Amino acid sequence: MRKTLETELLVIGGGAAGLCAAAEAAGAGVKTTVIESDLHPGGQLVKQTHKFFGSKDEYAGTRGYKISDILLDEIKGLGDKVEIKTNTTVTAYYPEEGIYTAMKGEDEYYRIKAKKTIVATGAQERLIPFPNNDLPGVYGAGAVQTLMNVYGVVPGKKVVMVGAGNIGLIVSYQLTQAGVEVAAVVEAMPRVGGYWVHAAKIRRLGIPILLQHTITEALGDQTITGAVIQPLNDKFERVGEPQKIDCDVICMAVGLTPTTELFWQAGCKMLFVPQLCGHVPFRDNTMRTSNPDIWVAGDASGIEEASAAMVEGRIAGFSAAKALGKNMEQTKFDEYWKRLEHLRAGEVGEKIRGGICQVLSAGWEA
Amino acid sequence: MELIKEHPILEYKHGKEVVFTLDGKELKGYAGEPIAMALHANGVHIYRITPEMKRPRGFFCAIGKCSSCFMVVDGVPNVRTCVTPLEAGMKVETQHGKGLVPLEAQ
Repeated sequence: MRKTLETELLVIGGGAAGLCAAAEAAGAGVKTTVIESDLHPGGQLVKQTHKFFGSKDEYAGTRGYKISDILLDEIKGLGDKVEIKTNTTVTAYYPEEGIYTAMKGEDEYYRIKAKKTIVATGAQERLIPFPNNDLPGVYGAGAVQTLMNVYGVVPGKKVVMVGAGNIGLIVSYQLTQAGVEVAAVVEAMPRVGGYWVHAAKIRRLGIPILLQHTITEALGDQTITGAVIQPLNDKFERVGEPQKIDCDVICMAVGLTPTTELFWQAGCKMLFVPQLCGHVPFRDNTMRTSNPDIWVAGDASGIEEASAAMVEGRIAGFSAAKALGKNMEQTKFDEYWKRLEHLRAGEVGEKIRGGICQVLSAGWEA
Repeated sequence: MELIKEHPILEYKHGKEVVFTLDGKELKGYAGEPIAMALHANGVHIYRITPEMKRPRGFFCAIGKCSSCFMVVDGVPNVRTCVTPLEAGMKVETQHGKGLVPLEAQ
């Protein structure tokens, strides 16, 4: 006996982008189902204790985990228009039948048929190669956040952070909030990649940020007991003396890559875009992919900040609702695009703009 | 359990404390929280042993995407323990190799 769940709009991923997409579409009257693989909705927002930057429209000044609550409140206000299914993972898309398969927990499998789909599957942590990088104790930065900020578990006693982008800096600060010692932040580039304000916060705590340094080896037999780091020259060649640092956790904050399996399965036109941190689907300005039934939003469309993911979610939700025959106010769409352009303005947005222009389609042929 | 006692911003609301087993040994954890988190709080960091190289593995991504934290739970192998909620009386086992699905194991 095959169980098939039918819905108007399927949103895959209940993080920043997915929740905004669902709120937008359901707000216009679309029956929406959100599938979330984690045990609770909110994605990476629930792990963020810092106050967001960006613009007021995207909750600047509010701590990340509270933004998640705000979005969930909005969805709750839409009554039975939105159903969020947690602990449920979409496992595949079968384009011949237009069917998704999903599993709840380990034993409940079923099929999902949707008129339209928004894929907001987010991203996954990158790892860099070095001996013993597979030992327990080498954790993704998101995993360390999950341990301490969601479940209140002490990640370790002493941490070496690899990467001085915003995630590496923010998680280093969060570790100190949780009472964990951060031995050093190691960064291969000759400069801090994240915002100065985050770097200044951890420097004030006396945590060294070692620029032009890399991790060359993790030490340990069964679990991590230390890290070996070494200086790099301008050509990223190892120079100088390796240095051993005792630690029980090596936290990897070396970037993310979009989670895109479903786009590949759906035959969406894809491109590898370094600025967006991996393969991403082409999209038009409504966030529709080359598959007319599938939209993309958030980190799955290219790695960017949560604030941009939320606006992309709104745009995708708006457009999917419109495609489902709902009467949509075009001024709202224009307003969302204004917000996105604002978030991507200036020097900080240069990389993102350079990436998006490679995959932005003028429109798909009908 | 190795839990954060004080935090300047967050308050942790844990569920009901329950007993489960790891390789036959009784441990305590909170119902509804991921198995991997409960294990980590108990100081357990090795969740499986790889099939070929026999390397220990713990968790890595904690969002159900990387396969590092696979364990045998109530007889079922390859369970993503980072996104599988803990229940009272759960039988959790370190996974050795690829694991056998219950049908094969019989």
